Amino acid sequence: MQIYVCVKHVPDSAANIHILGNTQIDEKVAFLLNPYDEHAVTEAAVLKKTVPDSDIIAVCMGKKDAEKTIRSAMAMGADRGLVVETDAVCDSMTTARALHAAIVQDGSPDIIFTGKESIDSEGMQTLFRIGALFDFPVVTNAVSLEIKSGKAVVTCELAGGRTRTFQLALPCVLGAGRGLNTPNYPTFPDVVKARKKPIQTISLDSLGIPPGPGSAKIVALEPLIQKRRPKKILGTPAEQAKEIIRILQQDAKVIS
Amino acid sequence: MKQAGIYIEMENNRVKDTSLGMITLAARADVFLYALVLDGVDDSTRQNLAEYGINTIVDMPLADDPQIRRNPAVRAGAIADAARELKLDTIFGLSTAEGKDIIPRVAAMMDVPLVMDCLDVNLEKNIARTSQYSGKVMADIQLTGSVIIFGIRPNAVQPVPAPAQAQTITLTLDTTVPANLSLLSWDDGEDGGRISLAEADIIIAGGRGLKNKENFSLIFECAGKMNAAVGASRVAVDEGWVPYACQVGQTGEKVSPQVYIACGISGSIQHFAGMKTAKMIIAVNKDENAAIMAHCDYHVQGDLFEILPELIKQL
Ligand SMILES: Cc1cc2nc3c(=O)[nH]c(=O)nc-3n(C[C@H](O)[C@H](O)[C@H](O)COP(=O)(O)OP(=O)(O)OC[C@H]3O[C@@H](n4cnc5c(N)ncnc54)[C@H](O)[C@@H]3O)c2cc1C
Ligand SMILES: Nc1ncnc2c1ncn2[C@@H]1O[C@H](COP(=O)(O)O)[C@@H](O)[C@H]1O
Repeated sequence: MQIYVCVKHVPDSAANIHILGNTQIDEKVAFLLNPYDEHAVTEAAVLKKTVPDSDIIAVCMGKKDAEKTIRSAMAMGADRGLVVETDAVCDSMTTARALHAAIVQDGSPDIIFTGKESIDSEGMQTLFRIGALFDFPVVTNAVSLEIKSGKAVVTCELAGGRTRTFQLALPCVLGAGRGLNTPNYPTFPDVVKARKKPIQTISLDSLGIPPGPGSAKIVALEPLIQKRRPKKILGTPAEQAKEIIRILQQDAKVIS
Repeated sequence: MKQAGIYIEMENNRVKDTSLGMITLAARADVFLYALVLDGVDDSTRQNLAEYGINTIVDMPLADDPQIRRNPAVRAGAIADAARELKLDTIFGLSTAEGKDIIPRVAAMMDVPLVMDCLDVNLEKNIARTSQYSGKVMADIQLTGSVIIFGIRPNAVQPVPAPAQAQTITLTLDTTVPANLSLLSWDDGEDGGRISLAEADIIIAGGRGLKNKENFSLIFECAGKMNAAVGASRVAVDEGWVPYACQVGQTGEKVSPQVYIACGISGSIQHFAGMKTAKMIIAVNKDENAAIMAHCDYHVQGDLFEILPELIKQL
């Protein structure tokens, strides 16, 4: 099987984000593999165990530095990497077109794994757009996967513990959720082995993607500052509880 | 005038309040509002939608067969068809768990731009406000295209009645289930009626401070008394005290309730990513220096094992 995994190079969730100018962040922070995409790579590696002659290709569009994220994906089980290099900030319509074009140029996917969302742009849509460009079925927030008689049987989680189980014809696009598996954190030998795996870099321009029929452009970024001024609720536990109830009733008006 | 279609989510045959809030948000602009209803329109639905300012209710009933009605690809196809038929230029839907599985499909099918999880929308300029970088940044994103789509975070805007004369039209849809994606089964949870985290007015959440699974029942009991949804930090989920569906944060649910009560939660960056847009935060923590105590509206220093039982008693 040819298994593609789309991995995004994103700022560490614990990093402090500083805004430069009006529309960009200061990129001098640690970047890593998008956490949901770790589940995607791990699942690809699990699948490869049952279909041993599979090839796992990690694909990332980003700046040159994105190669590091490809190396992380390789240390977690990807066999080779594909970087679509660009310095531009692309919206999801362009990103999906680029990833689609890069995959088409590289081979023919049986499964494309992605994360259910990226933690920087929080777009929640690239996977659906890739699916539409290929005309492959897509599911998101997958928490279990089984390949049965050439079809993917996937359970996806909705809020409140509710689930839906789908059958998808292959090829398909699967958006990994956190419940899918426990990521394979690489050992030192895995990291060393990953250094020797091949990465191919192509420029976004060389893919010659025509502009999409619409766009999403960041026009302003601002830090989300907490303007809260904590008021202390003092007293005995009974008095504190009484005051909380008063606040819920009279100030927030959420209970009667 | 803009022509906007609002995809209405229903629960127990009622329009969700969060859907009404979305109408209030859209109605701030000069816009003709269609309500796109896939689950049947009865008199009370009609009145409800008219009361909040819908101009035309579009009744597009899907077949009762759950394989059809619950298939997100079928639902998305219906919305895209309606958008073409009605020549909509703007589509709104909720960024609920269901919405996250439907709205991006519509955008992908139509190949038009979308912003999910919007906290606000300026329809004059087609700019959506959404959080990025784990809730650390607010981004204004401008969309261009013949059709644009916004997924609205539940509770971002409280519904305000603005009565309109609504007419109802019926659209008959071609709803064939796609051959490559079928629904095999579904599970609505043990407690189908449990309040959904993303849509609750009150959330009471517990973290490591609860210490074990048995103690977490204090949170459930309190939630039951105040009709709140139960949330949790990732630690409480990883320890197996509550299911993942309860997790609030960067890798859990992002919520904007009226009130968020955090008990025994320190307030890590990743937890804040999921709840910093709550209108009011009440923190119960024994450590005065916990991050959450500096970033809340009410700071309740004390032992949750004393305060929660008192709350349960007095509610
Ligand atoms: C990539 C990534 C993603 C993550 N995503 C999430 C996420 O989505 N959601 C999330 O929550 N975390 C997430 N985390 C984890 C996060 O970093 C923290 O580890 C976690 O939020 C801490 O949970 P906590 O507040 O329950 O525990 P702690 O930080 O240990 O805090 C426990 C608090 O309980 C208080 N306490 C203890 N006993 C009592 C008592 N008897 N009475 C009152 N107070 C008491 C303590 O004073 C302390 O403040 C993520 C981490 C990473 C790296
Ligand atoms: N630049 C990118 N390179 C590779 N994969 C991406 C990129 N952007 C998004 N993806 C994939 O699409 C998923 C959803 O991203 P998003 O739509 O931004 O939330 C991510 O989890 C990745 O798997």
